[in-house]
Amino acid sequence: MIQALVFYLFAAIAVAGGVMVISARNPVHAVLFLILTFFNAAGLFLLNGAEFLAMVLVVVYVGAVAVLFLFVVMLLDINYLKLREGFLQYLPTGGLIGLILLVELVMVYGGWKLSPEAPLSAVTRIPAASAMSNTDALGRLIYTHYIYLFQASGLILLVAMIGAILLTLRKREGVRKQSIYRQNSRTKASSVEIRKVQSGGGI
Amino acid sequence: MSEFPNLVPALPELFMAGSALVLLLVGVFAKKDLTAGLSALAVFVMIVACALVPAAGAGHAVTFSGLFVVDGFTVFTKLMVLVAAAFALAMSVNWLRKERAERFEYPVLVLLATVGMMMMISANNMISLYLGLELQSLSLYVLAAFQRDNAKASEAGLKYFVLGSLASGMLLYGASLVYGFAGSIGFDDLAHAFAHGAPIGVVVGVVFILTAMAFKISAVPFHMWTPDVYEGAPTPVTSFFAVAPKVAAFSLLVRLLIGPFGELVQQWQQVVIFVSIASMLIGSFAAINQKNIKRLMAYSSIGHVGYALMGLAAGDEAGIRGVLIYLSIYLFMNVGTFAVILSMRHKGRAMENINDLAGLSKTHPAMALWMMVFMFSMAGVPPLAGFWGKFYVFMAAIDKGLITLAIIGVLTSVVGAFYYLRIIKIMYFDETVEVLDRGVGAGLGVIMALNALLILAFSFVPMPLISTAGAAAAALFRG
Repeated sequence: MIQALVFYLFAAIAVAGGVMVISARNPVHAVLFLILTFFNAAGLFLLNGAEFLAMVLVVVYVGAVAVLFLFVVMLLDINYLKLREGFLQYLPTGGLIGLILLVELVMVYGGWKLSPEAPLSAVTRIPAASAMSNTDALGRLIYTHYIYLFQASGLILLVAMIGAILLTLRKREGVRKQSIYRQNSRTKASSVEIRKVQSGGGI
Repeated sequence: MSEFPNLVPALPELFMAGSALVLLLVGVFAKKDLTAGLSALAVFVMIVACALVPAAGAGHAVTFSGLFVVDGFTVFTKLMVLVAAAFALAMSVNWLRKERAERFEYPVLVLLATVGMMMMISANNMISLYLGLELQSLSLYVLAAFQRDNAKASEAGLKYFVLGSLASGMLLYGASLVYGFAGSIGFDDLAHAFAHGAPIGVVVGVVFILTAMAFKISAVPFHMWTPDVYEGAPTPVTSFFAVAPKVAAFSLLVRLLIGPFGELVQQWQQVVIFVSIASMLIGSFAAINQKNIKRLMAYSSIGHVGYALMGLAAGDEAGIRGVLIYLSIYLFMNVGTFAVILSMRHKGRAMENINDLAGLSKTHPAMALWMMVFMFSMAGVPPLAGFWGKFYVFMAAIDKGLITLAIIGVLTSVVGAFYYLRIIKIMYFDETVEVLDRGVGAGLGVIMALNALLILAFSFVPMPLISTAGAAAAALFRG
């Protein structure tokens, strides 16, 4: 009973937050609503007993991703109202295509059948909840069972990083960089020159 | 569940990924530009991988909890990919130096793209398929836009990226529909699940996956990006695009359709037949009017994909053997032709128009001779190797009763012969306008001659290739 109430509380706030993310006029408010949605989604994970995912959601998404968004929104001066101009103009065509897609989806799912073996192959990966904690279960899946995919994703991220650097990093000529080592290693002999100046002669 | 996975089948991939990381580190920490040296090392890594592939892929082995598979088929296609990538990389060094576009990331990205292709070939699960595909595509997007100060190259990279992402999205959507039916995305489980037929929703999913794969092999009607990307990308990158990714995506498509979707042959066969006919038609008719040789090669590759798909449409062992023979001959013809294109320079500037080849037979007789071999072979003139490639896919299609498909194939190859022969006519019978530079690179000449001689060897002694391809196709059907 109490669990159902909490579920509806979290779910309702998450959905409302999600709606506010796309409808808020001020992008900073949108990001703050996004954080609210993340927190409630974490609550939903907790209700399902997935405590590790809940904590990761808060730490990674709220702590890093959303804050990064916030920085981007604040640093880039993008006029979001201008971006939305012409939205109504595309509505009829977009709406029509969306409607057709919806009808097609309904037709596809109307005739949906499960393979007789589907329930069997879907549950084999999930260990019993009492057998191990879900951190343990996730770790086994990611680092043992799916190690190949984990490493492959790592390679993909590496390529993304190389690509970003290759395509955007430019070496600028004539930039004066501060080299603290060189500053500190200056001596009196290398930086001060004493000349005898004849009176009235100049250098 | 917790034992250590068997790494032996994935040895070539592990070796190449590790070497790519080492080369990257060396490149980053080196004081001066090492592009040429690193490229040579990367070619060496690929040659070593060529030696590792047959050793790692002996028999049929599945590892990494069923995500990764090797058998005779993967060995054959991986060798093709490695050879194509090694040739493309070897041809790039000279060009990069001449264009002052040397960046040490280039060989690293080619190496990582090749790893992605080999992962695609060995995929035994939708996720490993997707990750291999993304590793490959992401590296290729960056390579296409590699000359970032060139507007055309940037446009090519962006276009390729946007359309490629769309294709990946379609692949994922299709895979999710298939998962919704079967409750699994392993290829072996899928083959079981489809044994008792499939509802319409799954067929929609399969069509989505086919769409994405058709995009990757640039088959009509998902070919729109090909001419622009081929034209805009730096020429050595185009020579890489034209062969290795196509072979990898083709190999993946063959494994998907024969393995997990083998029971749905009724459903996918009509799609493949349509795509094959459309590719052959567009590939031959749209190429007629091209002035730029890179665009011409783009349409030519679309046409060749159509012919190779004909073997897949047959859907049996002989058809797949035809596909493998076709692709391996396509590899050598294309590498050779791109070696010619890369050596087209006038006063140090790279030339790209077909008319720049005018009178080549008088100024560069050897180059014109090799180009003639490639063009006759591409047109499918007997007894050259290109004819054998077409012969085996046509035979497979006719044996399966796909007579209409084969007739359209023969007719379009006559149309295609027009523009291949036009290049020969321009080289041999037109007056020289601008004399192309001499001594652009001894390496390119060697690559041209090597590929032309290999084609001639296939033409007169076709049996070794045919029997190897036959064994590879048989391994796919056994597994």
